[in-house]
Amino acid sequence: MDARRATTTIPRVRHVGFFTPNAPPAQPSRTHSFPLDSSSPPLSNSPVNNSLSPVMIPPSRHLSDNLVHRATSPLPVPEPSAFRRPIHSHHVAVVGSYNPTESLLGSSPPLASPSSRVIGDGEFSEESSAGWFRRSNSAKFASSFSGAFDLTSVKSSETGGFHLVKKPVVAQPKEEKSGAAAVVEPQINKGLSSSSSTKPLKEKTTKAERRALQEAQRAAKAAAKDMTVSVGVSTSKPVKHQPAQKKDAPPPASSIAVSDRKGVERSMEKERRKDIPAPRMQFDDKSRVEKAKKRAVVNQSEARNRVELFRHLPQYEHGTQLPDLEAKFFQLDPMHPAVYKVGLQYLAGDISGGNARCIAMLQAFQEVIKDYSTPPEKSLTRDLTAKISSFVSFFTECRPLSMSMGNTIRFLKSRIAKLPLTFSESEAKASLCADIDRFINEKIVLADNVIIQHAVTKIMDGDVLLTYGSSCVVEMILLYAHELGKQFRVVIVDSRPKLKGQALLRRLVGKGLSCTYTHINAVSYIMHEVTRVFLGSSSVLSNGTVYSRVGTACVAMVAHAFHVPVLICCEAYKFHERVLLDSICSNELGDPDALSKVPGRMDINYLDDLTNKDNMQLLNLMYDATPSEYVSMIITDYGMIPPTSVPVIVREYGREYLWI
Amino acid sequence: MDFQVVVLAGGTSKNLLPLVSKEVPKALLPVANRPVLSYVLEQLELSNLKDLIVVVEGEDAAIHVGGWISNAYVDRLHVEVATVHEEVGTAGALRAIAHHLTANDILVVSGDLVFDVPPGALAAAHRKHNAVVTTMLCPAPISGPTESGSSGGKDKIKKPRRYNIIGLDPSKQFLLHIATGAEVEKDIRIQKSILRAVGQMEIRADLMDAHMYAFKRSVLQEVLDEKDEFQSLKDDVLPYLVRSQLKSEVLFNGVPQTEENGNEKVSSQNNQAVVSRIMANASTPSFHELSSGYNGSTHVRRIHKCCAYIASESRYCQRLNSIQAFSDINRDVIGDASHLSGYSFSAHNNIIHPSAQLGTRTTVGPHCMLWEGSQMGDKCSVKRSVIGRHCRIGSNVKVVNSVVMNHVTIGDGCSIHGSVICSNAQLQERAVLKDCQVGAGFVVTAGSEHKGESLARK
Repeated sequence: MDARRATTTIPRVRHVGFFTPNAPPAQPSRTHSFPLDSSSPPLSNSPVNNSLSPVMIPPSRHLSDNLVHRATSPLPVPEPSAFRRPIHSHHVAVVGSYNPTESLLGSSPPLASPSSRVIGDGEFSEESSAGWFRRSNSAKFASSFSGAFDLTSVKSSETGGFHLVKKPVVAQPKEEKSGAAAVVEPQINKGLSSSSSTKPLKEKTTKAERRALQEAQRAAKAAAKDMTVSVGVSTSKPVKHQPAQKKDAPPPASSIAVSDRKGVERSMEKERRKDIPAPRMQFDDKSRVEKAKKRAVVNQSEARNRVELFRHLPQYEHGTQLPDLEAKFFQLDPMHPAVYKVGLQYLAGDISGGNARCIAMLQAFQEVIKDYSTPPEKSLTRDLTAKISSFVSFFTECRPLSMSMGNTIRFLKSRIAKLPLTFSESEAKASLCADIDRFINEKIVLADNVIIQHAVTKIMDGDVLLTYGSSCVVEMILLYAHELGKQFRVVIVDSRPKLKGQALLRRLVGKGLSCTYTHINAVSYIMHEVTRVFLGSSSVLSNGTVYSRVGTACVAMVAHAFHVPVLICCEAYKFHERVLLDSICSNELGDPDALSKVPGRMDINYLDDLTNKDNMQLLNLMYDATPSEYVSMIITDYGMIPPTSVPVIVREYGREYLWI
Repeated sequence: MDFQVVVLAGGTSKNLLPLVSKEVPKALLPVANRPVLSYVLEQLELSNLKDLIVVVEGEDAAIHVGGWISNAYVDRLHVEVATVHEEVGTAGALRAIAHHLTANDILVVSGDLVFDVPPGALAAAHRKHNAVVTTMLCPAPISGPTESGSSGGKDKIKKPRRYNIIGLDPSKQFLLHIATGAEVEKDIRIQKSILRAVGQMEIRADLMDAHMYAFKRSVLQEVLDEKDEFQSLKDDVLPYLVRSQLKSEVLFNGVPQTEENGNEKVSSQNNQAVVSRIMANASTPSFHELSSGYNGSTHVRRIHKCCAYIASESRYCQRLNSIQAFSDINRDVIGDASHLSGYSFSAHNNIIHPSAQLGTRTTVGPHCMLWEGSQMGDKCSVKRSVIGRHCRIGSNVKVVNSVVMNHVTIGDGCSIHGSVICSNAQLQERAVLKDCQVGAGFVVTAGSEHKGESLARK
């Protein structure tokens, strides 16, 4: 690791955040009080440039307000007190200038008229849309953002680290390092170089290439963490190319004295090690798979005909797992029944959907904690953490965890680790159970409420809303809007093999909404009449990529082509600092047989005898990644934000629950 | 895993009359020279279930069963033997030991079951659906010798008996209808409400209730308490629970509701409602939820789930509850399902104990068992039969498809087809038995011929 890092001799320094070219020097005075503000790229750059959706364009009279707003407080970062701001109130959590009531609300009625009405006439074309966007750009960004967003004219030092994709900047002038507001980011260089170098090779999709991609992702992820570096560290040792500086820890108090730097460093190193995510298992690595199998609780016989490109993802013979696990019901002594039950439900597919899986897992852990008693000569903190870890690995065997679940587990473990030593066992257990309850309430239930309140403002009378699959928060939005008496129509787009939309359709029709049901093959036909697209999401990544049920990207792209705004509804606990460029590196493979079999239709199972053929491979992908340029807005519990603001949320609030 | 296991070992069943006696209760009937109960206990032991309650009907039987268990499993299993009165039925037996039951779920296994279906699978299905009762269904056994060999055309006449009529939902996970006992022969009456809720029901006559159940304890105890007249789990309790699954009368899900209304704050209740709705929407709904949710009515319909676990065809699962079943199981355990017996078979696919003595020109065919200390004379022939300990068999004897228990004396020239001969019985010369049962200690006179009779001491 160190050797490799040493090659990137010149660490990059970047200015991040919103600033005009002249502005930066004004920052230092603030830097000390809240470092995070000044050293962050709240909006990544490139996607916004060419694809700002109509939703985001404020009407002109608001424009000046907005600009002023931005100019004065350039960063969409709340005041420090807001870190722990309760999230109950509905209009809370306005992130930066994206004040929903001000800019978005006002913008929505006119938004439809210029662009998407044109669509109706079939008159749209690449030419016209581009022109329109250009106009919007000049209108909105010319004054305030020219520095940040104009790729050609901007100085390299001012571009954010999030040029990752479009414009890798490898070397930086050294003197830039001294800037107080700068963050040392050697990591990003690695990420950049590897990702940029592998890009052209994409078609080949060799193993090495995938490795490299992942490498890049990992680096980028670490880089995302870099955002949280505290000034206490970065200013006291501005730029030494020590490995210790390269990845950094969650911010300790910024008032660390320089004198005990050594000790701090060591503890930080420890923290950092903990923080570095273990490299995800590559399932095309034979020896590792063997090792993992030995540990596994669930008997996993790997599927034989796997698609070459997706060999690195786990795929098992689906038929064999469940009976085997069932048969071992009584043998698994250390497994708590509640955990076992949830694992079984994951495996059997009885529970699906990010929120539900997360809640089920948390509730199972709650049971575990209630029934837990510390074994003699062990400490609760350590033993319980180990236990939870073993349960988590069991869950992973049943079904790969979603990213939101990863966040949740991190939360729980940090709560366990932070338990005061003075707590008795019963106190500790009660406090953990309360924490879990609070997490469910605040991060899921209340977050959903806030999202609903925000999203409902986007639903107008006469709207035609399209949704894909079955997202619980979108469903709640639709039902709430219906309760409010809004007149709108819903188009539910669905896809084989899960057909989750049917259940949603059933519930919506039962509640009296007028619905249209169609499959994803027809999405381009139905899109003509749609005015808004509401989509759920499994996770939103820090480059704005929306990781969601497979097909979402397709729907979003079609909507984009038709100039229909795409609104992603996603709770903030699902945000993840990872960066994903495609849906190959990280994905989940479903039961391949589900593709070839149609339940209840024996007569059309044409593939029945083909499944064992060597030259046939079935690919049932579960997720896909929607690039951020196809997303108009993400509705989250901190407000309505553009996808480019996701890193802000991750950075500012991502560790919120770790601080409580 | 919070399961308690109850093995209902029964007493002296009337169905098996000449075979069972005071000394040999049903649980101790030898199947391939091991008591039938041992198959259950060992299967449970394999599943790591070592705390068992064995319920025996009748004092004498309990003494025998208890004695045998403590001998055989002294350091392997922790078994409590409970005695209940005779003729109380399976439900009555559970009622009698109700105060011993403390775990959340109870696994009830009949002691006469010979099976290799992992009990964990049943328990897992039960837990997965949070069911009130889960029953194991296995393919109904086709009785009579299945081999088309020497037994001739006789088995072709036999129709597979219908044991149960079972209605399943399309996913084959929920039990919608079950007809047992005498009801099987009557018209099938299916409840409209259930059919309407499910939409589609699959009715199967080729499945048998294997008498292995997982019950939710609270519900089981409540049903047993309230319905005094229920005698049998299979005939009363299970059909009752299945019948009432959409209009549940058991109170188990009513209790928490009253608590919620009274004590908890409105806000947290709302949150809980949201959480439960998220969960409900995300999980694959069973017809129960659909039927109650679709009405949109405010009152919650009380439902409970009755699940079924269908053992796969490749598994062996049979109940020893008739004489026919006894000979079938004996034949299968040394034949097709030989892995159950736990013995290692010789190259000829049979087991001959080293201490057994065979005369000249005596053949012991495949799928046979000849146990310790037995002697056979010359020119004998044994096919698909079990011969127990210390039997003395003369010359020129044919034993086909039969079970010969311990210490039986068979004279020269006897011919035994498809019969069961209990311990200490004596067959004098040239007796010919076909499809007979010979009770313990009975003496069959020389030269007599019997066909399809039950011979026992009066």
